[in-house]
Amino acid sequence: MAAVVAIKVKFRFLLQVIGALSCLMLTFTGQAAVLEPDRADVLYHSYEGGGMTIDGPAVLLRKKASESVAVTAYYYLDTISSASVDVVSTASPYREERHEGQLGVEYLNDKTLMSLNLRKSDEDDYLAQSFSVNVSQDTFGDLTNLSLGFSYGDNEIKRNGDDNFEEQSEQYRVRAGINQILTSKLVANLSIEAVADKGYLNNPYRTVRFVDSSIPSGVGYQAEVYPETRNSFATKLSASYYLPYRAALLFHYRYFSDSWEIDASDIEIGYRHPIGDNIELEVKARYYQQSQAEFYSDLFPYQDAQNYLARDKELSDFDDITLGVGVTYLLPESLSIGDTRSEATLQWDYIDFNYNNFRDATADAGIGEEPLYGFSANVIRAFISIYF
Amino acid sequence: MVIKLIVKVALIISLISLSGCASFPPKPWVKPYERQFLADPIMRLARHPIANMHIAHVLEGRESARGAEGTGGGGCGCN
Repeated sequence: MAAVVAIKVKFRFLLQVIGALSCLMLTFTGQAAVLEPDRADVLYHSYEGGGMTIDGPAVLLRKKASESVAVTAYYYLDTISSASVDVVSTASPYREERHEGQLGVEYLNDKTLMSLNLRKSDEDDYLAQSFSVNVSQDTFGDLTNLSLGFSYGDNEIKRNGDDNFEEQSEQYRVRAGINQILTSKLVANLSIEAVADKGYLNNPYRTVRFVDSSIPSGVGYQAEVYPETRNSFATKLSASYYLPYRAALLFHYRYFSDSWEIDASDIEIGYRHPIGDNIELEVKARYYQQSQAEFYSDLFPYQDAQNYLARDKELSDFDDITLGVGVTYLLPESLSIGDTRSEATLQWDYIDFNYNNFRDATADAGIGEEPLYGFSANVIRAFISIYF
Repeated sequence: MVIKLIVKVALIISLISLSGCASFPPKPWVKPYERQFLADPIMRLARHPIANMHIAHVLEGRESARGAEGTGGGGCGCN
């Protein structure tokens, strides 16, 4: 209850912030802004860890139709093969595909940039559709950029093998941000975003386990039950600093809390270092931690132990560490086509997840005495960017 | 509570810095010709937008935190 009140207060606060930013956006004028350059990105991505393998391509296109209008198109494919610990303990491994498409249009009027984005994600048992509107404004001699945004999403959830199962959920997002040049070498950004969900928020396949001494195994399973609403609030501070030599230090910190009593924070630091005219090296380290949802338990004492039940490891108490390295090769003019400029990038992230109250139910041990679960994942992105 | 305070302080500073008040007229202190370092592509948080979108997608399915990613968000689109 306290968490719900706190989130409502934060929503009210966000509305006040939006009001203040809206006033500020109307206050200053100056030189007109310009749209981002045209570009095309083609990417191959791969994720492997915790019994899951996901890979596929993605394409991002951006083209100016005039000096004030630009259009974007994005396509993304996940090919998923899963035998994760949740699946192995209660169900069968599966394979599926997820297709995602986005279309966007940007309109620049003097210093005001307005954008509309439509998104659709489709897989066998989940259809997500959303739209997003954003407006941003350069002000104060272009030292400051203020932004506001709103998104609405509608989701249809199904369950493979059960034609009668069909549920829905909706999501609203409201966000605001300020990007501020602080010195000739330091720029910072503060973003806040509130997200409200309502409807069916469960994973329809996942179950919780409970102690059941009436059966030989000693453990019974029942479907998860989540609340039908979830409100959350996130605040993120980012900064980029140009070092005394040509290299950049990148930083962000985000704090998150929601009405399910999950508190989370993540901090990341990155370093980007060019070598010669054609190579950029990047390294990063990120730490994330969260507390568990109020209704989460690894092992409930009996069936229907409480109104809401979850044993989803993403709702447990855990932390993860990401170490990443990337290299970008800026193709020399002799290898470029016409007036275009091209880059080839390879990035590798290693993520290590440590769960503090989610146990590996597949381990050979007493119920509730299994070792705590943990896994690591390797994430690879290889992509080519062409500017034209 | 602390975050709320930080945001309020940041906004107050912004309001002061953006104020059109004649008695306290802070001017933009970094001139356009002094922004060559900031304009360097290595300074961009969104240097590789397609990679940022993938990172956000990888994390949103495995962590409970969401929002303020800077990539537009939109949910996992999966179960």
